[in-house]
Amino acid sequence: MKQFTYILLGICFGIVLYKSEAASWFRIYEMFRFESFHMYGIIGSAVATGALGIFCIKKYRLYTFDHQKMALEPKNKSFPRYLWGGVIFGLGWALVGACPGPMFILVGAGFMPLLVVIFGALIGTFLYGLLRKYLPH
Amino acid sequence: MNWMDDTWPWYVAGPLLAGIMFALLFLGKQFGVSANLRTMCSLAGAGRFSNFFNINWKDQRWNLYFILGGAIGGYIAAHYMGNNGVSISQKTADYLENTYQITGSKMAYLPPELFSVEGFSHPFLWAIWIGGGLLVGFGARYAGGCTSGHAISGLSNLQWPSLIAVIGFFIGGLTMVHLLFPLLFKA
Repeated sequence: MKQFTYILLGICFGIVLYKSEAASWFRIYEMFRFESFHMYGIIGSAVATGALGIFCIKKYRLYTFDHQKMALEPKNKSFPRYLWGGVIFGLGWALVGACPGPMFILVGAGFMPLLVVIFGALIGTFLYGLLRKYLPH
Repeated sequence: MNWMDDTWPWYVAGPLLAGIMFALLFLGKQFGVSANLRTMCSLAGAGRFSNFFNINWKDQRWNLYFILGGAIGGYIAAHYMGNNGVSISQKTADYLENTYQITGSKMAYLPPELFSVEGFSHPFLWAIWIGGGLLVGFGARYAGGCTSGHAISGLSNLQWPSLIAVIGFFIGGLTMVHLLFPLLFKA
């Protein structure tokens, strides 16, 4: 039953990202050329709505459905990992025009080359696991 | 039923994404897709090479279901929800066509020059796919999150690290599009 809830939320996620075209290479390219407000509007309105909601969650001390604390722990404070990790991520995001969510959504939509991209992303994740002790965090 | 066919506007998509994040929060979970890549490495046995992958993958099962749903959603949207072109600005479409001979935004969701099945016989495209994926996977884990975890969840929770990561995403993306694309695709 719980699995079904997550699958259903995932289906919503897939449809929203596909239909808003945020999963399209073309939109990512357009965003990095600053030639449309569309992607900024999606991220901006998601963050505005999200921030308002999380503000309310904290203000009214809301709990999860099974009365636990929400998963809102702040990330560790540091600088290099977020900047360098972010830059590396951004290079790949612009190149293949897909971040991790859209990769899976696009495979579902029938774009088989994205399976190769996911394979690359798994190799990247694995390499991070191997090299992480040598990297500044 | 135009809303099925047309591009969903940003002011619909953004709040809906936030809604998905809230639903996950109330279920006790944190919205973040790239964690699945780590879980998949763990499942494939990467724990033998690095203890970074020694995680209890059962705690992450919900996220695998979530992304399975994402793929199903992609299938539904692509097959039953209207036209598959992308309405990018004419300026971008013209620039892509004139500079890189990349066409098709009017009738294709992804540029056929980069993501069609014919591409499987081009080593150059394999290199782009693997290389791009590798950067995304490596960068997401190094930064501790991707677009969903940092740009949406993290910024909504007003976390400085997420703002740094998102600035990094843009430094990387702008470098790729403005400095590296001309070298990679023009030759």
